[in-house]
Amino acid sequence: MAKIILRRLLQLIPTLFVVVAFTFIATRLIPGDPVAAMVGDQYDVSKVEEMRASLGLDDPIIVQFWNYLVSICQGDFGTSYYFNQPAIDMIAQRLPNTLLISVIALIIAVIFGVVFGVVSARKQNSIVDYVLTVLSLFGVSAPVFWVGIMLVLLFSVTLGWLPSYGMGSIEKDGLIGFISHLVLPCFCLAIIPMGTFTRITRSSMIETLGSDSVRAMRARGVSEASITWKHALKNALPPIITVIAIQFAGCFAGAVLTENVFAWPGMGTMITSAIDNRDYSLIQATVLVVAIAFVVINLITDLLYMVINPKVAAEAKKGANNV
Amino acid sequence: MFKEKSAAAATSGAEMEVVDGAITEAAKEAMIQKERKANSAWRKFIRNKSAVIGLIIVIVMLAIGIFAPFIAPFDPNATSITETYLEPGVNGHIFGTDDLGRDLFSRIVYGARMSIVVAIGSTVLGGVIGIILGLVAGFMGGIVDSIIMRVMDGLFAFPFILLSLLLVTILGSGVFNVILAIGIGNVPRFARVVRSKVIVAKNEEFCNVERVLGASNLRLMVLHILPSTVSEVVVYATLCVGGSIIAEAGLSFLGLGILIPTPSWGNILRGGQTCLAIAPHIATISGLFIFVAVIGFNLLGDGIRDVLDPKMKK
Repeated sequence: MAKIILRRLLQLIPTLFVVVAFTFIATRLIPGDPVAAMVGDQYDVSKVEEMRASLGLDDPIIVQFWNYLVSICQGDFGTSYYFNQPAIDMIAQRLPNTLLISVIALIIAVIFGVVFGVVSARKQNSIVDYVLTVLSLFGVSAPVFWVGIMLVLLFSVTLGWLPSYGMGSIEKDGLIGFISHLVLPCFCLAIIPMGTFTRITRSSMIETLGSDSVRAMRARGVSEASITWKHALKNALPPIITVIAIQFAGCFAGAVLTENVFAWPGMGTMITSAIDNRDYSLIQATVLVVAIAFVVINLITDLLYMVINPKVAAEAKKGANNV
Repeated sequence: MFKEKSAAAATSGAEMEVVDGAITEAAKEAMIQKERKANSAWRKFIRNKSAVIGLIIVIVMLAIGIFAPFIAPFDPNATSITETYLEPGVNGHIFGTDDLGRDLFSRIVYGARMSIVVAIGSTVLGGVIGIILGLVAGFMGGIVDSIIMRVMDGLFAFPFILLSLLLVTILGSGVFNVILAIGIGNVPRFARVVRSKVIVAKNEEFCNVERVLGASNLRLMVLHILPSTVSEVVVYATLCVGGSIIAEAGLSFLGLGILIPTPSWGNILRGGQTCLAIAPHIATISGLFIFVAVIGFNLLGDGIRDVLDPKMKK
């Protein structure tokens, strides 16, 4: 086991290297001069030259890459040209907001997804099962940004129940205001993972409900409710748990679009505005942080696979990759 | 689910008759023929209701895209100051008009063309590169395999939308660049799917036979190993088209993909979001088309998977 973990950790190094190299090359290729964007329309040439030199943009590309690599290893992700702030600080400011909606969305998705999946499996081939199966297909196929807009149309524009954009602050808007700002983005973000959890729970539950152990329990007169929620669900959980990590990563990525729909001040809106501003370092840092988080989440998932039944886990992974 | 049931019924029926022992050779032959026919790929597919729905949606979407100039009643870019924000059905505008008085139905029809071109284009691009890389990595093994797959892992580490976002920022907007950006994002998964099949196939007996007979590596790869990956690739490619439709719409929605005035479902939706209160039909209808198209490709992909290889099932 220790050997496998060590091997996976070693495999991480080339992957991370590719991630850093790709991000570096990609951001260097973005057209437009960041210095020009930073100084604005009215600038004098000498000042631009000076700035370029101070930012190290005149060094050979290999030297720039090496400096970049070294500084990343030291935890320095560069300075946002546009805001003149360390990129890592800006990320640290925005990251909690993205995590907040991602985590809440994931919790909503797990609760509803598991309940829907169990109900669907219990009433297999009934109308309820059919409706839930179709809904979960809708869930995994829905473009999140459109779902978000439709939620705004219904709950903000038409009914006027919930705010359509921004984030509330507890001091200013009170707890209710804070929560009301959370509802739409979180539900929007929860749609896709909810569909996935429903599908996985359903197939996993159908398998367990048909197993010999469940038949034996029925023969012993254990109540159906107890079989479903206490015994069968426990056995059906491993594939669900292993997919949680992947879905969490998915939520995090889906936040890029969702945050833009709801003007949520997280990583997603930060990266789109950084792209608008041609803010190299900030784009670089944001993409890198998200990619590294992805690599780490994948590693944790792989290790989880080994701990929990590997056969079930492999199947679960296949299902989740289709999303 | 449907096909399993009827296939099982067919088998049990045949067995029962055999048990009776009262059937002639000819009747037996006819029965085998019948069952063979019932189990042919096409029949299996037809029995799978959701797959058929998927196929119909896909055909309709393709038809809309291909015949856009004949279907669209108006010029998608013709503006009219007097007819802005019309509701669906007014003045012959089936889906109403947008902020510049352009006919929404015509824009959506041309948008279908754009979405399909981008989605299929990026799937083919990602597919071809991914298949080649996966084939070479799986077949060669060793250091070549390691290098290719580590690069794929690296690309794979980026969330799909973020990777396309980054690439389209570098490449700039426009049809070809969007295809390229989404296409590159599609590469790693194709490479992984193909590689894992190739590793299994290259050690099969038929490959050893070919090798003994003196087949070159290239011949072995292209003529003998590549065909064994077809079913996986077809299934994955179909699902990938659905994903690429969402990716294109997402990029255009963020204002980075296909730019206005060229209509695409994503940028129509973007326009619709800004006037949600006065003209909700714009965002609703354009998003609905994205949604239905994606469902179509997902259903079709799942259906093909069930037909080609029931074992591949999730």
